[in-house]
Amino acid sequence: MAARDAGPRWKLYVLLAGVVFLVVTPPFLNSYWVGLLTEILIFAVLAMSLDILLGYTGLPSLGHAGIFGVAAYAVAVLSTTYNAGFWACVAGGVLAGTLLSAAFGLLVSHVRDVYFLMITLALGMVLWGLGYRWIPVTGGDNGISGIPSLEAHAGLPFRGPMSFYYVAFAIFLACGALMAVLVRSPFGFTLRGIRENEARMKSLGFNTWLHCYISYVAAGAFASVAGVMWAYYNGFVSPTYLDLTASSELFLMVTLGGPGTLVGPVFGAGAIVLLKNVMSGLTERWLFILGAVYIVTILAAPQGLWNLGRRRSGASPGAPPGDAPATRPGVAGEVRA
Amino acid sequence: MTWPMRRWRSASAWLAIVLLVVGGTLALGQGSPDRGPIRIGFLTPLSGGLAQNGRDILNGFLLYLEEIGYTAAGRRIELIVEDDEGIPAVGLTKARKLVERDRVHLMAGTLLSSSGYALAPYIDAMKIPMVYPVVSADDLTQRRRSPWIVRTGWTGSQPNHPFGEYAYHTLKLRRVATIALDYAFGWESVGGFQRTFEAEGGTVVQKLWTPVSVHDFAPYLAQVDRDVDAVYALFLGRNALQFMRQYQEYGLKGKVMLIGAGTTTDEHVLPAMGDEAVGVITALHYSGALDTPDNRKFAAAYRAKYKKVPSYYAESMYAGGRWAVAAIEAAGGNVEDAAGLLAAFRRVKPTGLPRGPVELDEYGNPIESIYIRKVERVNGELQNTVIETFPRVSQFWKFDPAAYLKQPLYSRRYAPVRAN
Repeated sequence: MAARDAGPRWKLYVLLAGVVFLVVTPPFLNSYWVGLLTEILIFAVLAMSLDILLGYTGLPSLGHAGIFGVAAYAVAVLSTTYNAGFWACVAGGVLAGTLLSAAFGLLVSHVRDVYFLMITLALGMVLWGLGYRWIPVTGGDNGISGIPSLEAHAGLPFRGPMSFYYVAFAIFLACGALMAVLVRSPFGFTLRGIRENEARMKSLGFNTWLHCYISYVAAGAFASVAGVMWAYYNGFVSPTYLDLTASSELFLMVTLGGPGTLVGPVFGAGAIVLLKNVMSGLTERWLFILGAVYIVTILAAPQGLWNLGRRRSGASPGAPPGDAPATRPGVAGEVRA
Repeated sequence: MTWPMRRWRSASAWLAIVLLVVGGTLALGQGSPDRGPIRIGFLTPLSGGLAQNGRDILNGFLLYLEEIGYTAAGRRIELIVEDDEGIPAVGLTKARKLVERDRVHLMAGTLLSSSGYALAPYIDAMKIPMVYPVVSADDLTQRRRSPWIVRTGWTGSQPNHPFGEYAYHTLKLRRVATIALDYAFGWESVGGFQRTFEAEGGTVVQKLWTPVSVHDFAPYLAQVDRDVDAVYALFLGRNALQFMRQYQEYGLKGKVMLIGAGTTTDEHVLPAMGDEAVGVITALHYSGALDTPDNRKFAAAYRAKYKKVPSYYAESMYAGGRWAVAAIEAAGGNVEDAAGLLAAFRRVKPTGLPRGPVELDEYGNPIESIYIRKVERVNGELQNTVIETFPRVSQFWKFDPAAYLKQPLYSRRYAPVRAN
């Protein structure tokens, strides 16, 4: 089982090629593209973290951008209002997001499916409302600008988009590796078991509530890391990145790329960031193109691009749910998204 | 074990797309011919809730560029338009594209204050002059000045300072209730009005704030103190239409005079209003009905091209474009010298703007005429008839700039409602 999950050898080649591309090409690129790649990496971390919930545990969260935003706001408030140092800001951001998801987790871990979706949606909107209306702290609609650049704040000897890119890349690799370890651990397999058949997992003696809770907090912690990077990348925060649109865009990144895989959301994030930025330069009607891409993906690859072909090689879609093999990916995304 | 060819294909297809896109733009980005076209980057919301206002801004700019045949100082002008969706982070990404990939010499645009604040540090870091035709957040040219931003529009409080005095002396108002959108633009406009109105002896007895996403004004209108001389309202877009209708439905129209900020009756919503808007008095630095040769010419050309009345948004970038071209010409077309271009912006006094004469103060905000306008029906169409003009109004009104800047920024809490 573990050998199969590690994937066939070609997958390794594609991943290696991807990593080599991300390491080698940036010095040859225009700084604008380096910026876009950085943005992709940040959203890739965020999308992967959502996938722990959505793809692996089967919990569709529509408030994930809220956690990300809270971490970003924590960095902004600490670095501007309190003039805190770099490590204090990083720790503050990650802690704020993680503690918040630990608190929210208590509220949401006992519900599933559409109820989970509704409660996380509501919590996300509460965070958005706070960002928007808690003006003395968040600056309201104007947001907070003037966050120092990461290079200067951390005292790095290098400056500019390239150095930020490689920092983001290192964090991306570290987060990706940690998440890969997480989903491949016995804990990760238990999450998949819960996704496939929670009643069976319960009867086997697993504490499914605790597993869902830990999964929610872990996803929140990684989302906070992405939030910290986002704050430094932009140099400002504003409530738009906490709202429902942001959360649903994130949701699309995961479903487009392939829920239940960690590579899929990375591609999903890359595809959406590139599509948005490249298309909008070419035509004013770029939203139509984006919409068409979503529709085609849902029709042609309902389990996401990275899961293309798996349905045919794996279990047939009509198989009774109880008989689905534990490794069958993407089902949660398909059924619940 | 067989290799699933489909996955191979999808993966390599993605890789190919990424490489193609990246390689293609690399090739495009190469080479910069000397004395080529002047590249101007333009940001505005073209999708989302503010798309219509954003479109108006762009229309005004296009109208002017066509007028001059896309040339300035003998060089061709190349305009690159990007949609910022009204989202600050998207605006920043698009600004990065314009500066770092398209290598623009000059930028213009954006609508929301939040976008304006978000872009400022980046613009200062890249040292590219940027024209803000609409963003009205006071502090961009006051307490948080940004050297590379040239505001050709206004500050939210600017028209409201003279309006407060006008309301007291000419309209003879003594007690006013305000109702406005709950964000910086609302606070700054109301704050400016309250300051001068109360300095003259009037009292703002009540300040109501509605969320920007407000759908129903009933709970707010029910709270309005009936014992006031006038209600001051600040809305825009859909909110403004809804507010006007409900103000009438609640029987307030005809009983309590309605005044407000310029956007409440701006031409971007005025044609969609009915008789409920007639008689409303507002203040702004522009009116589509402004009766000067320059504005008549502009309004006729705008109407011929876009089949609608120019709004203040439309005028903003027609004027901004004129200003930019005047600066480019004053700099001898040498836009590669960004510092020289910026200095030219501060130096020139563009003429022939629809709104009338303007010049920049030393803080980078225009000194311009403020018009008190009254909605009237003329030839079956609603218009903002100018009933009073305050010439040469600066963002500091009659106050001393240094003393003014020591005061806090107008906000939800400042200035507070005094106990009456």
